Amino acid sequence: MAVITYREALNQALREEMQRDPDVFLMGEEVAEYDGAYKVSRGLHKEFGGMRVVDTPIAELGFAGIGVGAAMVGLRPVIEFMTWNFALLAIDQVVNSAAKLRYMSGGQIGCPIVFRGPGGAALQLGAQHSQSLESWYAHIPGLKVVMPGTPADAKGLLKSAIRDDDPVVFIEGEMLYNVKGEVPEEAEFLIPIGQAEVKRAGTDVTIVCHSKMVTVGLKAAEQLAAEGINAEVVDLRTIRPLDTETVLASVAKTNRCVVLEEGWSFAGVGAQVVDVVQREAFDWLDAPILRVTGADVPMPYNKHLEKAAKVDVTKAIAAVKQVLYLA
Amino acid sequence: MATSAAPKPRAGGALPADELRSYLRQMLLIRRFEERAGEAYSLGKIGGFCHLYIGQEALAVGTIAALRPDDYVIGAYREHGQALARGMSARSVMAELFGKLTGCSHGKGGSMHLFDAGRNFMGGHGIVGGQIPLAAGFGFAIKYRQGDQVVACYFGEAAVNIGSFHEALNMASLWQLPVVFIIENNGYGMGTALARASSILDLSHRAYSYAMANEMVDGQDVLTVKAAMEKAVDRARQEQKPTLLEIRTYRYVGHSMSDAAHGTYRTKEEVEQYRQRDPILLLRDRMLGDGLIDQAGYDGLEKDVIAEVEDAAAFADASPDPDPAELFTDVYAPRQ
Repeated sequence: MAVITYREALNQALREEMQRDPDVFLMGEEVAEYDGAYKVSRGLHKEFGGMRVVDTPIAELGFAGIGVGAAMVGLRPVIEFMTWNFALLAIDQVVNSAAKLRYMSGGQIGCPIVFRGPGGAALQLGAQHSQSLESWYAHIPGLKVVMPGTPADAKGLLKSAIRDDDPVVFIEGEMLYNVKGEVPEEAEFLIPIGQAEVKRAGTDVTIVCHSKMVTVGLKAAEQLAAEGINAEVVDLRTIRPLDTETVLASVAKTNRCVVLEEGWSFAGVGAQVVDVVQREAFDWLDAPILRVTGADVPMPYNKHLEKAAKVDVTKAIAAVKQVLYLA
Repeated sequence: MATSAAPKPRAGGALPADELRSYLRQMLLIRRFEERAGEAYSLGKIGGFCHLYIGQEALAVGTIAALRPDDYVIGAYREHGQALARGMSARSVMAELFGKLTGCSHGKGGSMHLFDAGRNFMGGHGIVGGQIPLAAGFGFAIKYRQGDQVVACYFGEAAVNIGSFHEALNMASLWQLPVVFIIENNGYGMGTALARASSILDLSHRAYSYAMANEMVDGQDVLTVKAAMEKAVDRARQEQKPTLLEIRTYRYVGHSMSDAAHGTYRTKEEVEQYRQRDPILLLRDRMLGDGLIDQAGYDGLEKDVIAEVEDAAAFADASPDPDPAELFTDVYAPRQ
């Protein structure tokens, strides 16, 4: 297996799917001649030309809708948002068109489209560029929401998303693009949408996480191991449909659960996880489930304040110790 | 004004009688269908919003007459007229308004979301301007596949003030997409008169911002509408270029079912004045004058249309509701 970055894994997925299916095209701001704002589309314009790798004006609502229209008549668009913060301008087309066309048309018109781009906070980008909005999209029936935390998941899930017949919101980790990992090289390396993965097996506590929080969860588990606490780390990978079976099986084993989430607490993804676990695994729980989330504020610019707002290993470990009644 | 093609003769005499008769029948069908829908609404057979097309019939009939069956049609939420003009049966449309399984969207869409994939009728859409980028997307797909189809995209004049209109028209012109953007200018966005909402009143001029061909058209004369649409369709099909048509029309009824036809934002006199140029009477009188139909022929046509509408209403009434299990189908694609 090759060791490549998360960015390269996404690039491979796009290239392979575009080679495989002539109906797949990539559209967004700076995706073609500039090779991508985050270089995810590097080399694709040169290989596939301007009809399949399409630079757009700065008009998120317009080009998201053009993608939805193209998908309605059978193409397989991949629409890149430079970041998911800017995608708020396009949310009408994602929520009111893409998610609802199949239902409103009584099953006649599908929408096989991928909306993708980076989400979550990077470093000191301020309030408007540092948001985790996955729970907004996960709220909507008709959408699938996918958030890979490793290079292998990024590749296998993007390939599955492009082949999926439903609209997929694919949120990449802005801070993960340079993370390296082993990625299988075979062309049919696909990871099914809707399957969580136990990234680290353990017996004492379940840490549920996704995207960038997988790195935080694994680091926390490593440090906890040194103290004799054996944590299991469950990476959701897909937010909708949520793989509740894997989460419940883990909690049934560990009897304790902490949910990490980069975004805000209110109506967040973790709230949905907690809802399922308390209802379906109530008798297995030995402690209330705790959530560790971003601070309930717009992201500050000052680096000390920003650090205080973010979920980190220290906060995750503190929550784990609390559910173990060690704190 | 559009410049590329020489204007075709406005005709009347140049068009065969059976073609004119077909337009007359389609307009009558829409009129009587909508009147029947209004009745059914007041009886509680139709729920939610219901935006009637009465007064605007020549617009849908004249534009769709210029299309091929494999062209795409997409509209807003006042789209019963386009659906019928596109050849969707009165039964399937009425049943959809009644929310029945036999409706064109199987009872899941309703008045604002009529779909017929087989006729490339790509929906009524309920968010103002939302369908305009979708139409550009169909145009992009046609270009991508090097096809020669054309897209007809309908929206009210109030939609020209929303961002999706500007974003989609800019890209449609930038990328030369085969789309005819059709402003159905009936003078009012709900109760807001055009002059209170738009900084310019000649809405076709908006196209100049996008270097796009454009034309202002009298929407009450079905033959004028058809001639203008033919030019725009030719431009799209032959030259892969978009056009913005501003077609001026008028709705005699309220915006939806809850508001009166007049009294608040417009006067009874104004509505009466527009009724003097009724699209159906205009064509009927021309045909009577040219000897292409006589009064008995017209009466027969109307009788025939009324029978079709009554049949549609009876069919809709007798049709079953969707099975309760249908609640959870069509949210996602069936598993492959």
